[in-house]
Amino acid sequence: MSDQNAKSILLNPIFTDNPVALQILGICSALAVTTSLDTTLVMCVALTVVTACSSFCIALVRKHIPSSIRIIVQMTIIASLVIVVDQVLQAYAYATAKQLSVFVGLIITNCIVMGRAEAFAMNNPPGMSFLDGIGNGLGYSVVLIFVGVVRELLGSGSLLGFEVFKLIENGGWYQGNGLLLLPPSAFFIIAMFIWLLRNWKKDQVEKPDFTLAPQSEAHTH
Amino acid sequence: MIQDLITIFVGAALINNFVLSYFLGLCPFLGVTNKLQTAFRLGLATTFVMFVTAVCTWLLNTYVLIHAPYLRLISFIVVIASTVQFIELFIKKVSPVLFQALGIFLPLITTNCAILGLAIFATNRDYGLVESIVFALGAGAGFTLALSLLSAIREETELADVPAMARGTALNLIIAGILSLAFMGFAGLFSG
Repeated sequence: MSDQNAKSILLNPIFTDNPVALQILGICSALAVTTSLDTTLVMCVALTVVTACSSFCIALVRKHIPSSIRIIVQMTIIASLVIVVDQVLQAYAYATAKQLSVFVGLIITNCIVMGRAEAFAMNNPPGMSFLDGIGNGLGYSVVLIFVGVVRELLGSGSLLGFEVFKLIENGGWYQGNGLLLLPPSAFFIIAMFIWLLRNWKKDQVEKPDFTLAPQSEAHTH
Repeated sequence: MIQDLITIFVGAALINNFVLSYFLGLCPFLGVTNKLQTAFRLGLATTFVMFVTAVCTWLLNTYVLIHAPYLRLISFIVVIASTVQFIELFIKKVSPVLFQALGIFLPLITTNCAILGLAIFATNRDYGLVESIVFALGAGAGFTLALSLLSAIREETELADVPAMARGTALNLIIAGILSLAFMGFAGLFSG
């Protein structure tokens, strides 16, 4: 692992090994915060910072953590970082923090953060773990921004609050798609993202098939 | 009073279902739902953790955290992690088969956002002890229901002939989306 170059550690998680699309981690917040683009961006930055810093800290102390209580140690490190992020957001971006409500706190239980701590930071030096955290944060951000753009643009005809399509209510031509502002649409958009990604990177198709093992032989020849 | 409690219970279980309208706890939702029985039992285990967490967080919140509100998240997560550890030992002893079937998803109940979310929601809304417990049971029932529904549907679709690209995650998400749409129908339940 250690001879992997920094670039592939940083860039692989974005499309080749995307944490959301391929490993299905961190879906919860990906769905809940994406109604508008600005909350999405804040969430992406917060998650990237937490993942990178927690990976760094855990990698620093990795040789001193007894394996039987490692989950609790990791949790404590992650929770402390999330509290810092939460306090910073409440101080400098109060309105957005209010909109994100519980989801900033829920970064603690975001599987991406835990997953990277467990899978990468426990066996790699701090510098690499930091890059790995950033990379996975970016991979998460790509999916979230895709969902956020689709939902805000087609749902309310704007991006980051600026009008792009003029809505009929304001004398324009665009009828906002109300469905996209409702919770279920996020499921469909992520499903679509995964579908498109797999069309592009065909090698990802088989791997997630572990749940439907008996069928895969019939289809993959 | 009773009516309030019923509202909280039904609200948490159906109208604002944790999985299908708050999007909490989706990892096990997509991870362990390939078998109905496993999904149902994981739902029960999660409900129990929710119940214990609700009681503990209420106590913590009422007597300890008043003095240090910024320690909230960290103390909640420690409570949850210890409860999960306890349940893990219990299940390992009582039903090794179930322990095998749940696998990694048992310790991962710790990182189930539904539980931490429940604790945060309950404290944000200033629920009392009884209300917290009812809220936890409602949320647990809703979680179990959503898990069982999805796994039952997944068992059916396993034999269906779907496009190769959509098989697996994409299909599950679409099913979840349709379930979520269906649950939106409960939204009008208490408005009248």
